[in-house]
Amino acid sequence: MIFLQLFYIFLKIGLFTIGGGYAMIPLIEREIVNKHHWISRNEFTDLLAVAQSVPGVFAVNMAVFIGYKKKKLAGSVVTALGTILPSFLIILLIALFFRQFKDIPLVASIFKGIRPAVVALIAVPVFNVARSAHINRYTVWIPVVCALLIWLLGVSPIWIIIASGTLGYLFSDKQKKGKTPKGKSAD
Amino acid sequence: MLFLQLFYTFFKIGLFGFGGGYAMLSMIQAEVVNRHKWVTTAEFTDIVAISQMTPGPIGINSATYVGYASVVGAGYSDTWGVLGSVLATFAVSLPSFILMLSISRLLLKHKSHPVITGIFKGLRPAVVGLIASAALLLMTPANFGTPSGSPFQFATSLCLFFAAFIAVKQFKVSPILVIVIAGAIGGIFL
Repeated sequence: MIFLQLFYIFLKIGLFTIGGGYAMIPLIEREIVNKHHWISRNEFTDLLAVAQSVPGVFAVNMAVFIGYKKKKLAGSVVTALGTILPSFLIILLIALFFRQFKDIPLVASIFKGIRPAVVALIAVPVFNVARSAHINRYTVWIPVVCALLIWLLGVSPIWIIIASGTLGYLFSDKQKKGKTPKGKSAD
Repeated sequence: MLFLQLFYTFFKIGLFGFGGGYAMLSMIQAEVVNRHKWVTTAEFTDIVAISQMTPGPIGINSATYVGYASVVGAGYSDTWGVLGSVLATFAVSLPSFILMLSISRLLLKHKSHPVITGIFKGLRPAVVGLIASAALLLMTPANFGTPSGSPFQFATSLCLFFAAFIAVKQFKVSPILVIVIAGAIGGIFL
Protein backbone atom coordinates (compact mmCIF):
# COMPACT_ATOMS: atom_id res chain seq x y z
CA MET A 1 0.00 0.00 0.00
CA ILE A 2 2.75 2.41 0.98
CA PHE A 3 4.60 1.45 -2.24
CA LEU A 4 1.55 2.25 -4.34
CA GLN A 5 1.22 5.56 -2.53
CA LEU A 6 4.91 6.40 -3.06
CA PHE A 7 4.65 5.50 -6.74
CA TYR A 8 1.46 7.46 -7.29
CA ILE A 9 2.72 10.61 -5.57
CA PHE A 10 6.00 10.66 -7.49
CA LEU A 11 4.21 9.85 -10.74
CA LYS A 12 2.12 12.96 -10.13
CA ILE A 13 5.23 14.96 -9.30
CA GLY A 14 6.98 13.69 -12.45
CA LEU A 15 3.97 14.51 -14.58
CA PHE A 16 3.77 18.14 -13.47
CA THR A 17 7.47 18.95 -13.30
CA ILE A 18 7.63 21.38 -16.19
CA GLY A 19 10.65 23.59 -16.74
CA GLY A 20 13.33 21.70 -14.85
CA GLY A 21 13.56 20.08 -11.45
CA TYR A 22 13.11 23.23 -9.37
CA ALA A 23 9.49 23.56 -10.42
CA MET A 24 8.73 20.39 -8.48
CA ILE A 25 9.81 21.89 -5.13
CA PRO A 26 6.39 23.31 -4.11
CA LEU A 27 4.70 20.10 -5.23
CA ILE A 28 7.03 17.87 -3.21
CA GLU A 29 6.72 20.21 -0.23
CA ARG A 30 2.93 20.04 -0.39
CA GLU A 31 2.73 16.26 -0.78
CA ILE A 32 5.64 15.02 1.32
CA VAL A 33 5.98 17.64 4.06
CA ASN A 34 2.51 19.14 4.54
CA LYS A 35 0.20 16.29 3.61
CA HIS A 36 1.97 13.05 4.48
CA HIS A 37 4.58 14.32 6.97
CA TRP A 38 7.14 11.87 5.60
CA ILE A 39 9.97 14.33 6.21
CA SER A 40 10.14 17.44 8.39
CA ARG A 41 10.50 20.98 7.05
CA ASN A 42 14.15 21.14 8.17
CA GLU A 43 14.90 17.81 6.55
CA PHE A 44 13.29 19.13 3.39
CA THR A 45 15.62 22.15 3.32
CA ASP A 46 18.64 19.90 3.88
CA LEU A 47 17.42 17.55 1.17
CA LEU A 48 17.29 20.46 -1.30
CA ALA A 49 20.96 21.13 -0.53
CA VAL A 50 21.95 17.49 -0.93
CA ALA A 51 19.97 16.96 -4.14
CA GLN A 52 21.74 20.01 -5.56
CA SER A 53 25.21 18.80 -4.57
CA VAL A 54 24.89 15.30 -5.96
CA PRO A 55 25.43 15.20 -9.72
CA GLY A 56 22.68 14.05 -12.00
CA VAL A 57 19.02 14.69 -12.23
CA PHE A 58 17.72 16.87 -9.37
CA ALA A 59 14.21 15.40 -9.43
CA VAL A 60 15.54 11.82 -9.25
CA ASN A 61 17.83 12.77 -6.36
CA MET A 62 14.91 14.14 -4.36
CA ALA A 63 12.81 11.05 -5.13
CA VAL A 64 15.55 8.59 -4.15
CA PHE A 65 16.08 10.16 -0.71
CA ILE A 66 12.40 10.20 0.18
CA GLY A 67 11.88 6.67 -1.15
CA TYR A 68 14.89 5.44 0.79
CA LYS A 69 13.75 7.09 4.00
CA LYS A 70 10.34 5.45 3.78
CA LYS A 71 11.17 1.98 2.46
CA LYS A 72 14.93 1.61 1.90
CA LEU A 73 16.14 0.38 -1.52
CA ALA A 74 12.76 -0.83 -2.74
CA GLY A 75 11.19 2.50 -1.83
CA SER A 76 13.78 4.48 -3.74
CA VAL A 77 13.39 2.27 -6.84
CA VAL A 78 9.64 2.94 -6.75
CA THR A 79 9.94 6.72 -6.31
CA ALA A 80 12.66 7.05 -8.97
CA LEU A 81 10.56 5.05 -11.45
CA GLY A 82 7.50 7.13 -10.67
CA THR A 83 9.40 10.36 -11.31
CA ILE A 84 10.96 9.21 -14.59
CA LEU A 85 8.04 7.32 -16.12
CA PRO A 86 5.75 10.22 -17.22
CA SER A 87 8.50 12.13 -19.01
CA PHE A 88 9.86 8.95 -20.55
CA LEU A 89 6.50 7.91 -21.98
CA ILE A 90 5.62 11.38 -23.26
CA ILE A 91 8.96 11.94 -24.99
CA LEU A 92 8.89 8.44 -26.44
CA LEU A 93 5.42 9.04 -27.92
CA ILE A 94 6.60 12.35 -29.37
CA ALA A 95 9.73 10.75 -30.83
CA LEU A 96 7.69 7.91 -32.33
CA PHE A 97 4.63 9.69 -33.72
CA PHE A 98 4.70 13.36 -33.19
CA ARG A 99 7.92 15.13 -34.03
CA GLN A 100 6.04 18.27 -35.09
CA PHE A 101 4.58 18.59 -31.57
CA LYS A 102 6.29 21.89 -30.86
CA ASP A 103 5.02 23.51 -34.07
CA ILE A 104 1.34 23.19 -33.15
CA PRO A 105 0.08 26.74 -32.44
CA LEU A 106 -2.27 25.67 -29.62
CA VAL A 107 0.53 23.80 -27.82
CA ALA A 108 2.80 26.82 -28.17
CA SER A 109 0.21 29.19 -26.69
CA ILE A 110 -0.67 26.85 -23.82
CA PHE A 111 2.99 26.86 -22.88
CA LYS A 112 3.18 30.63 -23.15
CA GLY A 113 0.70 30.62 -20.28
CA ILE A 114 2.39 27.86 -18.30
CA ARG A 115 5.93 29.25 -18.34
CA PRO A 116 5.38 32.41 -16.24
CA ALA A 117 3.38 30.32 -13.74
CA VAL A 118 6.26 27.84 -13.50
CA VAL A 119 8.67 30.67 -12.71
CA ALA A 120 6.29 31.66 -9.90
CA LEU A 121 6.30 28.06 -8.65
CA ILE A 122 10.08 28.32 -8.36
CA ALA A 123 9.88 31.73 -6.64
CA VAL A 124 7.55 30.47 -3.88
CA PRO A 125 10.04 28.05 -2.22
CA VAL A 126 12.61 30.86 -2.02
CA PHE A 127 10.48 32.37 0.74
CA ASN A 128 9.35 29.12 2.34
CA VAL A 129 12.88 27.75 2.51
CA ALA A 130 14.18 31.10 3.79
CA ARG A 131 11.80 30.77 6.72
CA SER A 132 12.84 27.22 7.60
CA ALA A 133 16.53 28.17 7.19
CA HIS A 134 15.92 30.95 9.77
CA ILE A 135 17.07 33.72 7.45
CA ASN A 136 16.88 37.06 9.30
CA ARG A 137 18.09 40.58 8.60
CA TYR A 138 21.64 39.67 9.65
CA THR A 139 21.91 36.64 7.40
CA VAL A 140 19.83 37.76 4.42
CA TRP A 141 22.98 38.90 2.60
CA ILE A 142 24.11 35.26 2.21
CA PRO A 143 21.28 34.09 -0.13
CA VAL A 144 21.31 37.46 -1.91
CA VAL A 145 25.04 37.24 -2.67
CA CYS A 146 24.73 33.57 -3.71
CA ALA A 147 21.84 34.33 -6.07
CA LEU A 148 23.64 37.32 -7.62
CA LEU A 149 26.86 35.33 -8.13
CA ILE A 150 24.94 32.68 -10.06
CA TRP A 151 22.53 34.98 -11.87
CA LEU A 152 24.83 37.83 -12.92
CA LEU A 153 28.32 36.32 -12.91
CA GLY A 154 27.40 32.82 -14.08
CA VAL A 155 29.14 31.10 -11.15
CA SER A 156 28.28 27.39 -11.08
CA PRO A 157 25.96 26.42 -8.19
CA ILE A 158 28.36 23.63 -7.32
CA TRP A 159 31.01 26.17 -6.19
CA ILE A 160 28.45 27.94 -4.02
CA ILE A 161 27.56 24.61 -2.42
CA ILE A 162 31.18 23.62 -1.81
CA ALA A 163 32.06 27.05 -0.37
CA SER A 164 29.03 27.34 1.92
CA GLY A 165 29.34 23.75 3.16
CA THR A 166 33.03 24.27 3.95
CA LEU A 167 32.36 27.56 5.73
CA GLY A 168 29.54 25.98 7.71
CA TYR A 169 31.82 23.12 8.76
CA LEU A 170 34.74 25.40 9.70
CA PHE A 171 32.51 27.79 11.62
CA SER A 172 30.74 25.11 13.64
CA ASP A 173 34.09 23.39 14.24
CA LYS A 174 35.37 26.55 15.91
CA GLN A 175 32.25 26.83 18.04
CA LYS A 176 32.68 23.25 19.15
CA LYS A 177 36.36 23.80 20.03
CA GLY A 178 35.36 26.82 22.06
CA LYS A 179 33.08 24.60 24.12
CA THR A 180 35.33 21.56 24.51
CA PRO A 181 38.83 22.44 25.84
CA LYS A 182 40.41 19.20 24.61
CA GLY A 183 39.88 20.21 20.94
CA LYS A 184 42.76 19.74 18.52
CA SER A 185 44.86 22.73 17.55
CA ALA A 186 43.75 24.61 14.47
CA ASP A 187 45.45 23.66 11.23
CA MET B 1 28.34 -1.24 -30.13
CA LEU B 2 25.94 1.69 -30.57
CA PHE B 3 24.02 0.50 -27.52
CA LEU B 4 27.19 0.30 -25.44
CA GLN B 5 28.15 3.78 -26.57
CA LEU B 6 24.69 5.11 -25.74
CA PHE B 7 24.87 3.63 -22.28
CA TYR B 8 28.39 4.91 -21.63
CA THR B 9 27.66 8.42 -22.93
CA PHE B 10 24.48 8.94 -20.93
CA PHE B 11 25.97 7.37 -17.82
CA LYS B 12 28.78 9.92 -18.09
CA ILE B 13 26.29 12.76 -18.58
CA GLY B 14 24.38 11.61 -15.50
CA LEU B 15 27.58 11.30 -13.49
CA PHE B 16 29.09 14.69 -14.30
CA GLY B 17 25.96 16.74 -14.85
CA PHE B 18 26.03 18.91 -11.77
CA GLY B 19 23.46 21.55 -11.01
CA GLY B 20 20.45 19.98 -12.67
CA GLY B 21 18.82 20.38 -16.06
CA TYR B 22 20.11 23.44 -17.81
CA ALA B 23 23.67 23.02 -16.56
CA MET B 24 23.59 19.58 -18.18
CA LEU B 25 22.53 20.92 -21.56
CA SER B 26 25.93 22.05 -22.80
CA MET B 27 27.40 18.70 -21.86
CA ILE B 28 24.65 16.75 -23.61
CA GLN B 29 25.14 18.90 -26.68
CA ALA B 30 28.91 18.35 -26.71
CA GLU B 31 28.43 14.59 -26.51
CA VAL B 32 25.45 13.79 -28.71
CA VAL B 33 25.75 16.54 -31.35
CA ASN B 34 29.43 17.37 -31.68
CA ARG B 35 31.11 14.12 -30.72
CA HIS B 36 28.81 11.27 -31.74
CA LYS B 37 26.65 13.14 -34.26
CA TRP B 38 23.60 11.16 -33.15
CA VAL B 39 21.40 14.21 -33.76
CA THR B 40 21.95 17.46 -35.67
CA THR B 41 22.14 20.89 -34.02
CA ALA B 42 18.65 21.74 -35.34
CA GLU B 43 17.27 18.49 -33.95
CA PHE B 44 18.94 19.19 -30.63
CA THR B 45 17.32 22.64 -30.47
CA ASP B 46 13.99 20.92 -31.09
CA ILE B 47 14.68 18.49 -28.26
CA VAL B 48 15.32 21.42 -25.92
CA ALA B 49 12.09 23.10 -27.05
CA ILE B 50 10.12 19.87 -26.61
CA SER B 51 11.72 19.33 -23.18
CA GLN B 52 10.53 22.76 -22.13
CA MET B 53 7.04 21.92 -23.29
CA THR B 54 6.77 18.51 -21.68
CA PRO B 55 7.00 17.46 -18.06
CA GLY B 56 10.08 15.92 -16.62
CA PRO B 57 13.73 16.74 -16.10
CA ILE B 58 15.53 17.89 -19.23
CA GLY B 59 18.31 15.34 -18.69
CA ILE B 60 15.77 12.52 -18.86
CA ASN B 61 13.88 14.09 -21.77
CA SER B 62 16.96 14.38 -23.95
CA ALA B 63 18.18 10.88 -23.06
CA THR B 64 14.83 9.37 -24.06
CA TYR B 65 14.70 11.28 -27.34
CA VAL B 66 18.34 10.82 -28.35
CA GLY B 67 18.23 7.14 -27.36
CA TYR B 68 15.45 6.61 -29.86
CA ALA B 69 16.72 8.93 -32.60
CA SER B 70 20.29 7.61 -32.62
CA VAL B 71 19.25 3.97 -32.96
CA VAL B 72 16.64 4.63 -35.66
CA GLY B 73 19.10 6.98 -37.38
CA ALA B 74 21.59 4.08 -37.56
CA GLY B 75 19.03 2.08 -39.57
CA TYR B 76 17.41 -0.06 -36.87
CA SER B 77 13.64 -0.55 -36.51
CA ASP B 78 11.32 1.37 -34.17
CA THR B 79 11.39 -1.51 -31.67
CA TRP B 80 15.14 -1.20 -31.32
CA GLY B 81 14.66 2.55 -31.10
CA VAL B 82 12.38 2.11 -28.08
CA LEU B 83 15.01 -0.14 -26.50
CA GLY B 84 17.59 2.57 -27.19
CA SER B 85 15.51 5.14 -25.38
CA VAL B 86 14.96 2.81 -22.40
CA LEU B 87 18.70 2.20 -22.24
CA ALA B 88 19.69 5.89 -22.47
CA THR B 89 17.08 6.93 -19.88
CA PHE B 90 18.23 4.18 -17.54
CA ALA B 91 21.89 5.14 -18.05
CA VAL B 92 21.37 8.85 -17.35
CA SER B 93 19.43 8.14 -14.13
CA LEU B 94 21.73 5.41 -12.79
CA PRO B 95 24.55 7.61 -11.38
CA SER B 96 22.05 9.84 -9.52
CA PHE B 97 20.37 6.79 -8.20
CA ILE B 98 23.50 5.06 -6.90
CA LEU B 99 25.13 8.21 -5.50
CA MET B 100 21.97 9.47 -3.87
CA LEU B 101 21.23 6.06 -2.39
CA SER B 102 24.62 5.90 -0.65
CA ILE B 103 24.33 9.49 0.51
CA SER B 104 20.80 8.97 1.85
CA ARG B 105 22.02 5.95 3.81
CA LEU B 106 24.94 7.92 5.25
CA LEU B 107 22.86 10.97 6.09
CA LEU B 108 20.05 9.12 7.81
CA LYS B 109 22.59 7.18 9.87
CA HIS B 110 24.79 10.09 10.92
CA LYS B 111 22.45 13.04 10.75
CA SER B 112 23.44 14.34 14.18
CA HIS B 113 27.19 14.05 13.57
CA PRO B 114 28.78 17.49 14.20
CA VAL B 115 30.52 17.53 10.79
CA ILE B 116 27.22 16.95 8.98
CA THR B 117 25.21 19.42 11.04
CA GLY B 118 27.99 21.98 10.54
CA ILE B 119 27.99 21.53 6.77
CA PHE B 120 24.21 21.86 6.64
CA LYS B 121 24.28 24.99 8.76
CA GLY B 122 26.40 26.56 6.04
CA LEU B 123 24.40 25.10 3.17
CA ARG B 124 20.90 26.19 4.26
CA PRO B 125 21.18 29.94 3.60
CA ALA B 126 23.01 29.23 0.33
CA VAL B 127 20.23 26.95 -0.89
CA VAL B 128 17.79 29.86 -0.60
CA GLY B 129 20.09 31.78 -2.95
CA LEU B 130 20.34 28.82 -5.34
CA ILE B 131 16.59 28.57 -5.73
CA ALA B 132 16.30 32.36 -6.12
CA SER B 133 18.89 32.27 -8.90
CA ALA B 134 16.94 29.52 -10.68
CA ALA B 135 13.84 31.72 -10.68
CA LEU B 136 15.84 34.78 -11.81
CA LEU B 137 17.51 32.84 -14.63
CA LEU B 138 14.08 31.89 -16.00
CA MET B 139 12.80 35.48 -16.13
CA THR B 140 13.70 35.80 -19.79
CA PRO B 141 11.99 37.20 -22.92
CA ALA B 142 11.53 33.59 -24.06
CA ASN B 143 9.33 32.90 -21.02
CA PHE B 144 7.65 36.29 -20.53
CA GLY B 145 7.73 38.07 -23.91
CA THR B 146 8.98 41.67 -24.15
CA PRO B 147 7.14 44.95 -23.37
CA SER B 148 7.91 46.34 -26.84
CA GLY B 149 7.72 43.23 -29.02
CA SER B 150 4.67 41.56 -27.51
CA PRO B 151 3.03 43.91 -24.97
CA PHE B 152 -0.09 41.77 -24.54
CA GLN B 153 1.86 38.58 -23.88
CA PHE B 154 4.21 40.44 -21.54
CA ALA B 155 1.36 41.91 -19.48
CA THR B 156 -0.49 38.58 -19.36
CA SER B 157 2.71 36.80 -18.33
CA LEU B 158 3.29 39.24 -15.48
CA CYS B 159 -0.31 38.81 -14.29
CA LEU B 160 0.03 35.02 -14.49
CA PHE B 161 3.31 35.16 -12.60
CA PHE B 162 1.94 37.23 -9.70
CA ALA B 163 -1.40 35.41 -9.62
CA ALA B 164 0.35 32.02 -9.50
CA PHE B 165 2.76 33.25 -6.84
CA ILE B 166 0.02 34.56 -4.56
CA ALA B 167 -2.23 31.54 -5.16
CA VAL B 168 0.47 29.05 -4.14
CA LYS B 169 2.17 31.11 -1.43
CA GLN B 170 -0.80 32.71 0.36
CA PHE B 171 -3.75 30.52 -0.49
CA LYS B 172 -1.94 27.15 -0.73
CA VAL B 173 -3.58 26.36 -4.06
CA SER B 174 -2.27 23.11 -5.57
CA PRO B 175 0.63 23.77 -7.98
CA ILE B 176 -0.98 21.27 -10.38
CA LEU B 177 -4.18 23.30 -10.52
CA VAL B 178 -2.13 26.47 -11.10
CA ILE B 179 -0.32 24.89 -14.06
CA VAL B 180 -3.58 23.64 -15.58
CA ILE B 181 -5.30 27.04 -15.26
CA ALA B 182 -2.26 28.94 -16.57
CA GLY B 183 -2.16 26.55 -19.55
CA ALA B 184 -5.85 27.11 -20.23
CA ILE B 185 -5.44 30.91 -20.07
CA GLY B 186 -2.45 30.64 -22.41
CA GLY B 187 -4.40 28.44 -24.83
CA ILE B 188 -7.29 30.90 -24.97
CA PHE B 189 -5.55 34.28 -24.90
CA LEU B 190 -1.92 33.90 -25.99
